[in-house]
Amino acid sequence: MANLLKQRNVIAVLILFAIVFPFITNNNYLIHIMTLAFIWIIAVYGLNLLAGYTGYLSLAHAGFFAIGAYSLALLTTKAQMNYWLAFVLALIITSVLGLLIGLISLRTKEHFFAIYTLCVGYIIYLVIDKWDSLTGGVRGLIGIPSPGNIGPIEFNTPVSNYYLVLFFLLFTILVVYRIVHSLSGRTYIAIRNSEDLAQTIGINTTRNKLVVFVISTFFAGLAGALYASFIRFIGPDIGYITITFDLLTYLIVGGIGTLSGPVIGTILLVWVSQQLQFLQDYRMMIFGPILTLLVIFYPRGISGGFIDFRAKRKEKKQNQSNLNQNQQMISAQETSAASNKNG
Amino acid sequence: MFLETKNLTKKFGGNTAVNNVDFTIEQGKINAIIGPNGAGKSTFFNLVSGFHPPTSGQVIFKGKDITHLPSNKIAELGVARTFQTTNLFDQATVLDNVIVGHRLRTKSNLLDAILRTKRLKQEEKQCRDKAIEVLEFVGLTDVAYKLAGSLSQEEKKRVAFALGLATSPEIIFLDEPAAGVNPDETEGLAELMEKMVRNGITVCLIEHKMSMIMKLADKIMVLSYGEKIAEGTPEEIQNNEAVIKAYLGGSAIA
Amino acid sequence: MDILIQQLFNGLTLGSVYSLVALGLTLVYGILHIPNFAHGALYMVGGYITLTMMTQAGLNYWIAIVISCVVVGGLAVLMERLVFHPLRHAPAIHDKIAAIGIMLFLEALVQFIWGAEYQTMVSPYGQVVNVAGVTLTMQRLLIIVSTVVVMIVLYIFLKKTFTGATIIALSQNREGANLVGINTNRVAMLTFLISGALAAIAVSLSAPINLVFPGMGHLVLTKAFVIIILGGMGSIPGAIAGGYILGFTESLGATYLSNDYKDVIAFVILVLILTIKPNGLFAKGGH
Repeated sequence: MANLLKQRNVIAVLILFAIVFPFITNNNYLIHIMTLAFIWIIAVYGLNLLAGYTGYLSLAHAGFFAIGAYSLALLTTKAQMNYWLAFVLALIITSVLGLLIGLISLRTKEHFFAIYTLCVGYIIYLVIDKWDSLTGGVRGLIGIPSPGNIGPIEFNTPVSNYYLVLFFLLFTILVVYRIVHSLSGRTYIAIRNSEDLAQTIGINTTRNKLVVFVISTFFAGLAGALYASFIRFIGPDIGYITITFDLLTYLIVGGIGTLSGPVIGTILLVWVSQQLQFLQDYRMMIFGPILTLLVIFYPRGISGGFIDFRAKRKEKKQNQSNLNQNQQMISAQETSAASNKNG
Repeated sequence: MFLETKNLTKKFGGNTAVNNVDFTIEQGKINAIIGPNGAGKSTFFNLVSGFHPPTSGQVIFKGKDITHLPSNKIAELGVARTFQTTNLFDQATVLDNVIVGHRLRTKSNLLDAILRTKRLKQEEKQCRDKAIEVLEFVGLTDVAYKLAGSLSQEEKKRVAFALGLATSPEIIFLDEPAAGVNPDETEGLAELMEKMVRNGITVCLIEHKMSMIMKLADKIMVLSYGEKIAEGTPEEIQNNEAVIKAYLGGSAIA
Repeated sequence: MDILIQQLFNGLTLGSVYSLVALGLTLVYGILHIPNFAHGALYMVGGYITLTMMTQAGLNYWIAIVISCVVVGGLAVLMERLVFHPLRHAPAIHDKIAAIGIMLFLEALVQFIWGAEYQTMVSPYGQVVNVAGVTLTMQRLLIIVSTVVVMIVLYIFLKKTFTGATIIALSQNREGANLVGINTNRVAMLTFLISGALAAIAVSLSAPINLVFPGMGHLVLTKAFVIIILGGMGSIPGAIAGGYILGFTESLGATYLSNDYKDVIAFVILVLILTIKPNGLFAKGGH
């Protein structure tokens, strides 16, 4: 119980910190970077549900991110739609496409699934890149509006955007937390563990995988839509495979299949990348090997490593206390034996 | 008839793995399937539990044709099975591994999870209670909060049983339940199977350990090259010519 | 009619390169059952090695290719030893992530050393020849002929030498091969060596008619995956046939359908195949 309270405190402190962060820094550039990191985290949570909890490595994630971004951009700029209506529609479009693609791609497994989604990602990218009349091709789309006002609240400053994105991030974390800690979450983990076994204990694997796939694309789309109205310019690059690899790197470093992994990995790497500005395009010279080494030696990343460490310590403690109990019992027996003798 | 197969046949390419097998599983008994390596025992299990569709023939459970049902539907009807090796989630506790076993008896969906509805909480408790119950049944209460990765081979077998039992089955198919455990532990697992039967769960197992089968089983079917060559009580099987021949002079039977 | 012949010829060139890359990928898959997501990066590194050997060291084209084969082959062996071997019992998702890590590293490294700019490789075979009304560059002819030679050499190696036979044996039955005393580690390393060398040859031949840049391996890798799924994962004849089929389809598609969308063709083919047969075209039946 003490542990739970401690965990709650940590989370509360972190949220509080996220809320006061703009006042501490007062630096628009840092706020910008943090907002961007939050957007990536939302997308990484989507990837985590699918790859981390259900065991299906999708390499089309950036594609769905781009679909969300382009849907919002096109609906607001070309169709002149109300921002929030476009926002909701963008999420629906991404999820429906996710449903259709999921229906087919989930017939495949393991590396076939990875290769299939890799190809789907390429198709999405190439279509965006080549469909000039709709997407603007390589030139991209400009003039995407900031999020529309909600009542008296406007979203045209970096700080207000920061809070908007933070709101969606907290929403994402809450939803993912609840999913993971529910029977549905247990179901997904069972599928990751062994699909055959999951099926024999009566789990409809096909339907469950599809549901996860759609949620995963929903979060990718959410992140994409937020990105489009935050940066206000998008090009086909946001759907390219390198973005998927970035997200995957954040996830692996933070801890795949853990709840805090996406936050830790993304903020850490985005921050490190900022510090290593001079590296910019070469950052993968460091992150690439880290990715490989982690998978070999620490497959569950920073967060997973910490959880395992704590679990082991707890077990050790428990064994220790069992041992102590045994010893106490033995000494108690000895005492009683001795007293019997005396008596 | 409780569970029966009619002319059950499975062909892989040119090979016939299971050939025209008629078998009746008796309710409330321990039924065993034996046979030399490659006799088609595991394939037979896979057909009955819906893992592979048979090439021809039927599987009937309590009067219902389940031949073409997917395995999760068959599980819902009350047919459980275990695998030779069970992949547990090593980083989670034993209890956490078993809780999901009762998932098929619950209805809460993703929306329940996101909204944390009453139904979800209720069903979570239901699953947890069931897991605790079956862990006690298989004698693993002590290790319920240990990490699954730290269990012994025999304890893992028991977790596999528990997972199957958590689905509230009427019949459980056990694929070589005693493979890789020592004789003393085998004894314990045999007792556990008898306990299942006493609690109204029909058992059907594949096993190589003949001494165990002969003591334990009420009814035995012998498969050889995919065909049923004998069926009957342990005594009948022990004295069956065809069986002795299949096992090369019967040395394996003794 | 001329256009058709021209495009068939282009398809043959394209198909040759695809086949070589897919061969390396399928050999590795056959032995280790891993889809090597870093194979495209090996291809890319090979391009830069050959280019540098020619421009910086001033070496002859063919010598540059040989050096490239050795370097990339060595790199592939290193990858097998340091990454795939330790991960052989890990969950299926891990080797893919590890390979992606290597790929990201190699791309960044190459960009660091040689820059992100597109570079051209000037081959000594730039002449144009005219055969029966069709204009061809010598380089394209060279690609087609060299590929056939490489395939014949590979065939002889696999079929007629003992070492080659062990590769085939291992890809067909790993446990069995282990039983008869084949050193699986040695065979795995050798397979990676060949796979890397094939990628180096493919890129060295095709670079003069394309460009050299850090991301050049992406599309090739993805298409090679399409090919080996088309031809059956682990199948050598399948990789060759699949490579040529894709080459022809793309060059004809570019002419008669749309030049913009020619790169999509491969993926559409794959999506169609896996939609109909989720385990690939030539999946082995149950067990």
